[in-house]
Amino acid sequence: MRKYSPILLLFILVLFPIVVRDHYHQHLMILVLMWVVIGSGWNVIAGYTGQVSFGDAAFFGTGAYTAGLFVTKLGLSAWWGMLFGGIAAMAIAFPFGWICFRLRGAYFALATLALNEVMRHIATVWESLTDGMVGILVMQTFVSKVPYYYIALGLAVISIIGVQIIMGSKWGYYFVSIREDQDAAESLGINTHYYKMLSLNVAAFLTGMAGALFMNYMGFIDPEVVFSLHDISIMAILVGIVGGVGTLYGPVVGAFVMVAVHEFFRTGFFGFFKGIAALTGSDMINVFAKYVMQAHVLGFGILVVLVILLLPNGIVGDWNLIVKKIFPVKTREVTG
Amino acid sequence: MSLFEIKDLVKYFGGLAAVNDVSFKVEKGEIFGLIGPNGSGKTTMFNLISDYYRPTSGKIYFKGEDITGFKTHKICRLGIGRTFQVVKPLGRMSVLDNVIAAAFSRVNTKHQAHDLAMETLEFCELVHRKDVLAKSLPIGERKRLEITRAMATKPELLLLDETAAGLNPSELDAAIELIKRIRDKGVTIIIIEHIMKVIMTISDRIHAINFGQTIAEGTPQEMANSPAVIEAYLGEEYAHS
Repeated sequence: MRKYSPILLLFILVLFPIVVRDHYHQHLMILVLMWVVIGSGWNVIAGYTGQVSFGDAAFFGTGAYTAGLFVTKLGLSAWWGMLFGGIAAMAIAFPFGWICFRLRGAYFALATLALNEVMRHIATVWESLTDGMVGILVMQTFVSKVPYYYIALGLAVISIIGVQIIMGSKWGYYFVSIREDQDAAESLGINTHYYKMLSLNVAAFLTGMAGALFMNYMGFIDPEVVFSLHDISIMAILVGIVGGVGTLYGPVVGAFVMVAVHEFFRTGFFGFFKGIAALTGSDMINVFAKYVMQAHVLGFGILVVLVILLLPNGIVGDWNLIVKKIFPVKTREVTG
Repeated sequence: MSLFEIKDLVKYFGGLAAVNDVSFKVEKGEIFGLIGPNGSGKTTMFNLISDYYRPTSGKIYFKGEDITGFKTHKICRLGIGRTFQVVKPLGRMSVLDNVIAAAFSRVNTKHQAHDLAMETLEFCELVHRKDVLAKSLPIGERKRLEITRAMATKPELLLLDETAAGLNPSELDAAIELIKRIRDKGVTIIIIEHIMKVIMTISDRIHAINFGQTIAEGTPQEMANSPAVIEAYLGEEYAHS
């Protein structure tokens, strides 16, 4: 069963836009798939290699802006960004990693946080290149959401398979060794600086591609959107932690959950409060609903605390624990 | 030419000389003991050899090549393996994966690395624990995992840092037997040890240091009779009696 569930999941995802025709749910699924890509990237550097990144938006935004600049500066298609956005993100990751991988643990995480802010400021201030806060607007290629859906799905599948191949190879063993004990890893002949660079570049490439997809799909970006600390960088961490740090399918589950939770808050519990307000005609509830809808970051915070308390290894990492809690008798029968 | 040589090695931590002008040579195929009271600079010496610290001055030669200042991972690839006094298992990896990670320093494909790792696990008699997570091993087997991992990097020179500390008597005998088998395989060994039973039975030569300085060097028998060593370990009054 477990062996076939990825294939089953893929099958369902391929059929999804054929079965579900409304744009709203297709839009959400495109976001989920985009977050699978970003989450997989974050998982490589932070989950497997243990170098926690708070700056994924730096790579995401670089990818998005590369795609945008292909249109505004070069007059080419924004789809070029799918490849070159990833490469541009690596071009940022390379010097950053070269310098900052001298730092360990929390200090490295702080450096990534700084990278995030530096990139946002560059995109804001360098108006001759990026048009600053005005942002970049490009014509979307497709009217329908279906092509974007399949492109996002393709990207998600590529990143999952890519991560699986990497983690089964020498690189993967080296990444996890570095996470577990950097000094021991060095003593085993692992050039930890080099392999941390590799890992960061893999993450940057995936995240940059996701950024380029975002540019193509949304048609509009500005520095506050694509270099956003809480909407991109923190979200990437949440996708990783909720799904399961250092698990292949953690980012998939995490992306589903986080996009759902995000949407749940954004729509005021799927219009629940609006309905109550309309029923009772109370202004109080309307005002309350407005605050709740804006409090999604607080909701994320509570969710993370709960996940860390109850499922420290995330949903995928603690899957057996969840199954055991929900079906205590059934599993005993199966194993016995 | 000696396999390994340390020349006038000095390491200062601030104003404190942790290693002060120590020189020795290790010949191919021997077990070279390094002894000294607590805090005498033995582990610092290993950390200098494998570049966890840079020496203040002095040179380190391996097979005639000056390796002073080579990066830790490069020193491993040159053929100097080491274990840690405070064991550093890769906790959330299985024992087999620990050894595979080490084996990748010599081979490139997963298949070859797996074969080399299994071979090494069998040699070190840890194969029955291969699927256990490294963090759930008891201390005796953790120490053995340290040796196994170092052996999977195919070293010519192996630095063992108190691999017998904390073992029970039967584990101790097994450890001595393993070290002898490693030597018989042609691996030269430098061993730091406090347990006299181990150091006296397996060492060909012993180098004693105290306060970072050489106090004696010779065969185990010579060391047992050396006044300087007795004084360092037991105090002045015993040295002259």
